[in-house]
Amino acid sequence: MSSTSPWLRRHLAAARVLLVMTVLLGVAYPLAVTGVAQLVFPHQADGSPVTHDGEVVGSELLGQSFSGPRWFHPRPSAAGDGYDGSASGASNLGPNNEELTAAVEERRATVAAENGVAPEEVPADALTASGSGLDPHISPAYADLQAVRVARARGMDPGEVRALVREHTTGRALGFLGEPGVNVLTLNLALEDA
Amino acid sequence: MSDTLAGLLQIALLFCLLAAVYVPLGDHMARVYSSTRHLAAERLVYRLCGVQADTEQRPGAYLRGVLAFSLLSILLVYLLQRVQQWLPLSIGMGPVDPDQAWNTAVSFAANTNWQSYSGEAAMSHLTQMAGLAVQNFLSAAVGMSVAMALVRGLIRRRSDTLGNFWVDLVRTVVRVLLPLSFAGALVLVAGGVVQNLSGLTEQATLGGGTQLVPGGPVASQEVIKELGTNGGGFFNANSAHPFENPSAWTNLFEIFLILLIPVSLTRTYGTLLARSGAGSHRHGLAILGAMATLFCVSLAATTAAEVHGGGAATQAAGAAMEGKEVRFGEWASALFATATTGTSTGAVNSFHDSFTPLGGGMVLFNMLLGEVTPGGVGSGLYGMLVLAMLAVFLGGLMIGRTPEYLGKRIGAREIKLIALFVLTTPALVLVGTGIAMALPQARASMGDPGAHGFTEVLYAFASGANNNGSAFAGLGADTFFYNTAIGLAMLFGRFLPIVFALTLAGALAAQQPAPVTAGTLPTHRPLFVTMVVATTVIVTGLTFFPALALGPIAEGLL
Repeated sequence: MSSTSPWLRRHLAAARVLLVMTVLLGVAYPLAVTGVAQLVFPHQADGSPVTHDGEVVGSELLGQSFSGPRWFHPRPSAAGDGYDGSASGASNLGPNNEELTAAVEERRATVAAENGVAPEEVPADALTASGSGLDPHISPAYADLQAVRVARARGMDPGEVRALVREHTTGRALGFLGEPGVNVLTLNLALEDA
Repeated sequence: MSDTLAGLLQIALLFCLLAAVYVPLGDHMARVYSSTRHLAAERLVYRLCGVQADTEQRPGAYLRGVLAFSLLSILLVYLLQRVQQWLPLSIGMGPVDPDQAWNTAVSFAANTNWQSYSGEAAMSHLTQMAGLAVQNFLSAAVGMSVAMALVRGLIRRRSDTLGNFWVDLVRTVVRVLLPLSFAGALVLVAGGVVQNLSGLTEQATLGGGTQLVPGGPVASQEVIKELGTNGGGFFNANSAHPFENPSAWTNLFEIFLILLIPVSLTRTYGTLLARSGAGSHRHGLAILGAMATLFCVSLAATTAAEVHGGGAATQAAGAAMEGKEVRFGEWASALFATATTGTSTGAVNSFHDSFTPLGGGMVLFNMLLGEVTPGGVGSGLYGMLVLAMLAVFLGGLMIGRTPEYLGKRIGAREIKLIALFVLTTPALVLVGTGIAMALPQARASMGDPGAHGFTEVLYAFASGANNNGSAFAGLGADTFFYNTAIGLAMLFGRFLPIVFALTLAGALAAQQPAPVTAGTLPTHRPLFVTMVVATTVIVTGLTFFPALALGPIAEGLL
């Protein structure tokens, strides 16, 4: 081997290290994590599915589109045509973008009219697209604002719907991490079961 | 509880967690890089690869090892993308175009993870696992190895060697990154991050429609993406995606992972200095102090800007929630953004393009500082050590003494290498941005008009050249020009500084340290921390002020 050039020896060593590491880190490691995860946390590893009448109707973690007065509505979404799980993403419009300002004003008018409230009562999360386009939550303020409209459409008592909203509101973790939110999918599921 | 109190407690908890692991992890890494014993698994790897593990390498050999390994890494990731349609787990993905495949290959081998593709729409599971995630480990290990070589340069006396690159690389993977990743991945799965081998499945939704739900080995990649300060998301939405970052506590855990190694490496540095007698733990703390000062100032400014909510569209909405998730809100988004841009990670839990003008400007500034607050794994330490030596040189000029750091003279040869190191990324950023602004087709990619559009382009080159990888994602970066130009910025922005750092390490290792005298400038006191901070800010500020004035500053004043 003494006749091999140092250049070749070095690149052969590099190639062998790369190969061994690819097998270890690119195949063995992810498969081992998958195996253990599927064994110990199968529900989470498969995307936290939620079921209704025995059918999977989505993931607890992913927002879905809801339209019509009978449902709580999620935030605006920039993922595909809205809540497209194959095209996650944000609008990426800048803070002074006129297109964004116009969209915000239009959404404010629409949400206010749909819910019969004054335009200035509409909270910011109802007017802005999330980072993922799949945000499962809305703010408690936006949920409260929709409660009367949903109750009327379903012929339910508004107090009962508000109680469901409270039940599906997650506070800050440990009391101070992140922000409180209401999971739209599980709330709408609870409405169906009510 | 008020938003402010909750936000501050969140930051306090993060700092407590980092403080708790600082000594044990830092000292563990010090043992990893100074031990003379090999684990059985490592001996097996060395035998399989034909590596002579007990041979010390000269600086040139160490450097050539780094470059050869990185070159082959780029080739492998390129090939995997080009032929993924014929390989297992292709989940229906076609080949990636040549320009995008080149960009992605350089991006992952250079620890940048700039992504001009959208994960769920372009990459097969095999490419993600065996190509991209492997580089997340290996590029991180390369950065840490180079940092240790520079530390050895400072410690060794009249030595012509810097250690063995293959040993540093393998040990980083086997003793640091792999065990931490395995444990961290399971924590993330417990929190809801997915880990399976399915592709997109169509599901009926409650409202009567259908939704495509993605799958994949996400947690195993998510953890090393943060831990190795890589940042490339499995999905397009990165850590804003609920399958990558489902809750407020996984969010804090991911921020912790991002900062864990860059912060703890300063302890490793101090421990190695103390053990060899070249310095003390306080030298490590001084480096950490400079990093932390800049981090805290930047965090305060970004948070204030986001909570205050500047910009016409932001004010129309009432709060800076465009591009942010409800479960994180402004505080946790600003914290993530500061950690990810201060460390060359580039993962995002909220979209920086929609940040307020000053908030977005601050995260851009973090990258322009050269990724030293606290910087990428390894690259943050060697970057800050170079700036510390520059501060020593400037201090030496001011008091008229021979500049020395840990007894090593910063002479003509050393200061040339330091200057080249410090000037590389600014040159790449400013020249790249300048060329882009001169080309009509490159300007057409801007997603926003005016000053904000300029910031998008400046951000793209800053992110590439500093190996961050986050984006003002309104820029349509998947074009031949940007794929090629940012690919070059990432390549040179990563490997030229490594060439200078390792050459500098060799020059320092060869010296016999000068004895400490009354005239020696102490490099472990608060005064020195202040000098390092000032040097960092002044060098960056003077270089980039004109560009920043045209971008975020102009927009903030509009």
